[in-house]
Amino acid sequence: MTDTSSEVTDVERIDAEAVNAAWARKPLYEARKKIFPKRARGKYRQFKWLVMLLTLGIYYLTPWIRWDRGPFAPDQAVLVDMANRRFYFFFIEIWPQEFYYVAGLLVMAGFGLFLVTSVVGRAWCGYTCPQTVWVDLFLVVERAIEGERNQRMKLDAAPWSAGKLVKRVTKHAIWLLIAVATGGAWIFYFADAPTLFVDVFTGQAAPIAYITVAVLTATTYVFGGLMREQVCTYMCPWPRIQAAMLDENSLAVTYNDWRGEPRSRHTKKAKAEGKIVGDCVDCNACVAVCPMGIDIRDGQQLECITCALCIDACDEVMDKVGRPRGLISYATLDEYADNMALATAGGTSPINPELVRKPDGSFSNKIRHFDWHIFIRPRTLLYLSVWALVGIGLLVALGSRDRLEVNVLHDRNPQFVRLSDGSIRNGYTVKLLNMIPEPRVISLSIEGLPGATMSIVGIDQPEGRSFAIPVEPDRLRTIKVHIHQPIEEIKPGKTVFQLVAKDRGSDESDVYKATFDAPEVK
Amino acid sequence: MTKKHIDEISGVETTGHEWDGIRELNNPMPRWWVITFYLCIIWAVVYMILYPAWPLINSATSGVLGYSSRAEIAEEMAIAASEKSEYVDRIAQMPVEEISQHPDLLQFAMAGGSAAFKVNCVQCHGSGAQGAPGYPNLNDDDWLWGGDINAIHQTIAHGVRFDGDDDSRFSEMPAFKDMLEPAEIRQVAAYVYSLTGEPSDSALVAPGKQVFVDNCEACHGEDARGDVDFGAPNLADAIWFYGDSEAEIAAQIAKPKHGVMPAWAGRLGDPVIKQLAVFIHSLGGGQ
Repeated sequence: MTDTSSEVTDVERIDAEAVNAAWARKPLYEARKKIFPKRARGKYRQFKWLVMLLTLGIYYLTPWIRWDRGPFAPDQAVLVDMANRRFYFFFIEIWPQEFYYVAGLLVMAGFGLFLVTSVVGRAWCGYTCPQTVWVDLFLVVERAIEGERNQRMKLDAAPWSAGKLVKRVTKHAIWLLIAVATGGAWIFYFADAPTLFVDVFTGQAAPIAYITVAVLTATTYVFGGLMREQVCTYMCPWPRIQAAMLDENSLAVTYNDWRGEPRSRHTKKAKAEGKIVGDCVDCNACVAVCPMGIDIRDGQQLECITCALCIDACDEVMDKVGRPRGLISYATLDEYADNMALATAGGTSPINPELVRKPDGSFSNKIRHFDWHIFIRPRTLLYLSVWALVGIGLLVALGSRDRLEVNVLHDRNPQFVRLSDGSIRNGYTVKLLNMIPEPRVISLSIEGLPGATMSIVGIDQPEGRSFAIPVEPDRLRTIKVHIHQPIEEIKPGKTVFQLVAKDRGSDESDVYKATFDAPEVK
Repeated sequence: MTKKHIDEISGVETTGHEWDGIRELNNPMPRWWVITFYLCIIWAVVYMILYPAWPLINSATSGVLGYSSRAEIAEEMAIAASEKSEYVDRIAQMPVEEISQHPDLLQFAMAGGSAAFKVNCVQCHGSGAQGAPGYPNLNDDDWLWGGDINAIHQTIAHGVRFDGDDDSRFSEMPAFKDMLEPAEIRQVAAYVYSLTGEPSDSALVAPGKQVFVDNCEACHGEDARGDVDFGAPNLADAIWFYGDSEAEIAAQIAKPKHGVMPAWAGRLGDPVIKQLAVFIHSLGGGQ
């Protein structure tokens, strides 16, 4: 393992060891072994930069997008207005009682994740999970200040010196700045961003804003900077759940030992001696780049977040040694098992890569390659259709929802009042909901209940069957309504009638079936 | 046991005890656990010094900070009172009929009146102000002593037939069992009952009218519509105070009951009385 003098390939062997190697499994009391991931280069690394840019961009910039809703509503595109119990998302405004839309979105997110996981495995973990993205970002900083893997390891082992102190302080300071910016961005989703931005810096913001920033700063710094892979391995339940979501047709980052084994650091020498050698040159590049500090060649494991950086690292090495790429690749268990069977002659022999190669060294045609058709299977179709159904349902519900509502609460105590002329009066608490950011005059009228008239406390108007009630934009107005029916029209017991709220401008209306109580016997 | 026993598999020292061949590893406590444990002890000591902690015979140690939950609630009550004082002061200086012209005061008075009603009034008038025989329903439009807001205010402040208050509303209907024959009482009861449009024995109603003119008109009025100045009820409407049958009417004529309502001005103070008046007036029957 340490002898590199007789190396005949031109690939440098990296001194890296998986933190979770089965043969070196440490007791749980063992202190954490630090991981110093090497920078990878390749298409997956490129893709991950792109995803990082996109996700961080969405996170930091969304609160600053403006969206004109007229003079009576905030102009922030995405806003969770806790004080007024409103949620704004571009053209959608949600009141608290419409929270089922958010529940629906969560159901969709759940099924979306099931779908993605059953198709491409733990893609969420590897590319888009905030933990992954922020650790990646923190590693960029670490690399910029302390250097590449070897320098970082040297620095870590070195005794404290002025130079080490400067580097460490700088690194942690920048981490903290990122952490503050992370926590700082979060609060802008809950208030008008430009106003809050000024308030935060002038000390005018609410205590909860500072507390939130402080908590998120702490979690970002601790999780992203200090704990890193331990969050995924020990704290997060998702790896366990996702592992259960995978099946033999899900893509996973796979070490193709059917072409890699037996690995050899001295390929040419071994070949010259007539030994069978696989493609793996045992350079440990895949271990060195792994942010989880594992060795993918040990097979699929809980710790693997499928970030695919080992694919990049290995492809680079394969290019150098002149072998085809894909010794580590995205593959399904099914493909892997077929190719394995090919390489072991159906399990009868140890792995012999000669069995998957043609005499000239290129791969045999019998090798099974990835085929996108495996994406289409009952399980994925089921997830997709449930996901789409919920989505369509939400859209339909959103398109047809009421923006004008009337709710009526009948007085229980007393249920009715007999007036001096013998007529019966019932009291109601009526709530008119004007759910658009425009002031509206809503007419409230009685339908049914012959002869009945109403009066409204606080509205100085003679009794009638219809009242025009102004309601402020985007507000609920509670009014006390007294309805009374003359003695000659009264039917004993309960009578059902309708209270109709109608916007005269848009013809939008809502009907509430209310009851009118009278004595059982006259 | 003096000899250390090391577990072969884990290489960890055991506690030295053995139970049916099972030994317990003597792993050290996790450091975070130990630190938390010591912090808790320090916390407890500091807490005992700062806050009331040890029970003594009659009280408890008071703690350096002098904290007391009773003082805390008194302070909170004082803060609440000072926050309310803005409205209470304005209400105190304002005639009761003007309160409803200020929306903020109206809202405050309605809430305050509703709360005061639940504490002081529901015992007789019912939780919905619906009343009971002998206790007026405050939701309807029939008022013994007047239903405008000033009259309501006056009634709440000084009560009805209340001994301790010289301004209390007072009236007393004589007991007619000493002045009228039982037959006459039955006749006038039938007459009064018929005023509401209820069917009654016409043989009784006709002579009953004469009895009414001779004995009742002075207070209840020519048309029997009562008079709020004497607290004389309107007998021609559909609302009955002591029961709506001829027998109950006759009983009330023969030997009237007289309800008493306490005067609240001394107990609740004028601002609360005003809030109560605003609340009662809004129940739907106010004039």
